[in-house]
Amino acid sequence: MADEVILLDYWLSMFGMRARIALEEKNIKFDYREQDLFNKSQILIEMNPVHKKIPVLIHNGKPVCESLIVVEYIDETWPGENQLLSSDPYQRAQAKFWADFIDKKVPGPTRLIWAGKGEEQEAGKKEFIEVLKTLESELGDKTYFGGETFGFVDIAFIGFCSWFDAYEKLANFSIEAECPKLIAWADRCLKRESVAKSLPDSEKITKYIPELKKRLGIE
Amino acid sequence: MVTGDVKLIGSWASVFVMRARIALNLKSISYEFLQETYGTKSELLLKSNPVHKKMPVLIHADKPVCESNIIVQYIDEAWSSYGPSILPSQPYDRAIARFWAAYVDDKWFIALRSILTARGEEEKKAAIAEVEERTDHLEKAFIDCSNGKPFFNGDHIGYLDIALGSFLGWWRVVELDANHILLDETKTPSLFKWAERFCNDPAVKPLMPETTKLAEFARKLFPKPQA
Repeated sequence: MADEVILLDYWLSMFGMRARIALEEKNIKFDYREQDLFNKSQILIEMNPVHKKIPVLIHNGKPVCESLIVVEYIDETWPGENQLLSSDPYQRAQAKFWADFIDKKVPGPTRLIWAGKGEEQEAGKKEFIEVLKTLESELGDKTYFGGETFGFVDIAFIGFCSWFDAYEKLANFSIEAECPKLIAWADRCLKRESVAKSLPDSEKITKYIPELKKRLGIE
Repeated sequence: MVTGDVKLIGSWASVFVMRARIALNLKSISYEFLQETYGTKSELLLKSNPVHKKMPVLIHADKPVCESNIIVQYIDEAWSSYGPSILPSQPYDRAIARFWAAYVDDKWFIALRSILTARGEEEKKAAIAEVEERTDHLEKAFIDCSNGKPFFNGDHIGYLDIALGSFLGWWRVVELDANHILLDETKTPSLFKWAERFCNDPAVKPLMPETTKLAEFARKLFPKPQA
């Protein structure tokens, strides 16, 4: 029996990108359904009544919410191809720790960069650079965060990289100057088909930011 | 499977530390409990968790694991052949358990804590209303997940039971502080009964702090502003 896989998503969302990449890594055919977050659909509200947020993976009618939970679900449900999390408990714990770090430390400062201005934006930039340096230090000289294989932590962070152009232009700094190894890692990830297919064009995001701010009522 | 040497850095009062201890108890793992002194952070803690500098930290054969929910999952996987499974066996059920555990930490706990930090009656009332609304969500989650069985995880306590149940000591303390019932037998009857079963579980009972002792500690942690 063929699996029915639907993804409720929003093109800009770095969280949605995680789900897209995971599905592509596993070569799963899925029905991508773009959501209007300013006019939420019945299916979104029905499938994620608690948070009403994307991404939502709907597998044979049953919803899975929260991007990292979706990625882990995809890895466990389709174990054959391209394992995203190691089988080793300690490596798994490390991967989850860093994905959790990204969720705790990246959204705050980056929002200040694209949605804030003046001192607030400066503060966001400074904090973001520190977070990037911590991630770069964790990456070290490895090919990917987990070692030789593309996996969970790479998927957790790579979506934010599509917003780098926007952050750099808005806050006037160069991420490559601050963290060259991280940019090299991002370039490696972008060479993977799953990532290239799942990330929107950076310039498109940068151009859209003013419209996004207007829709959110931010000056 | 080699048990190896197991240490846990923590404190008797911490909800998050309790999660790790319950999981270790479920697997019958003996460990050295390294109690942190309130107000200071030990060298070992700072060395083992340089990123967040927080407890709990599980140190298994000299390798540190941080973040309570991650530690619980690690314990389940590292000692998978010991004791009952902490996570459900099916991927979908696991995703649901993880979803609600994240809800407990990101939404429910934040609301509970804001009762303790509320300034003035208005703020406190709003915080209480938020906790009641979110506890209601958890009541529905319990009915869905338990499927008529005694725990979120079914017949035995599991990941989500541990995630929420570890809060029961503090839940009572906040009730006393707010002078308002927050786990209501009539409003959330399933959770109410589950709470008692959870606290009586042999893996939990020796760890749940006494309410008066915890309330005294809470007053240190959340001092009331001078009138």
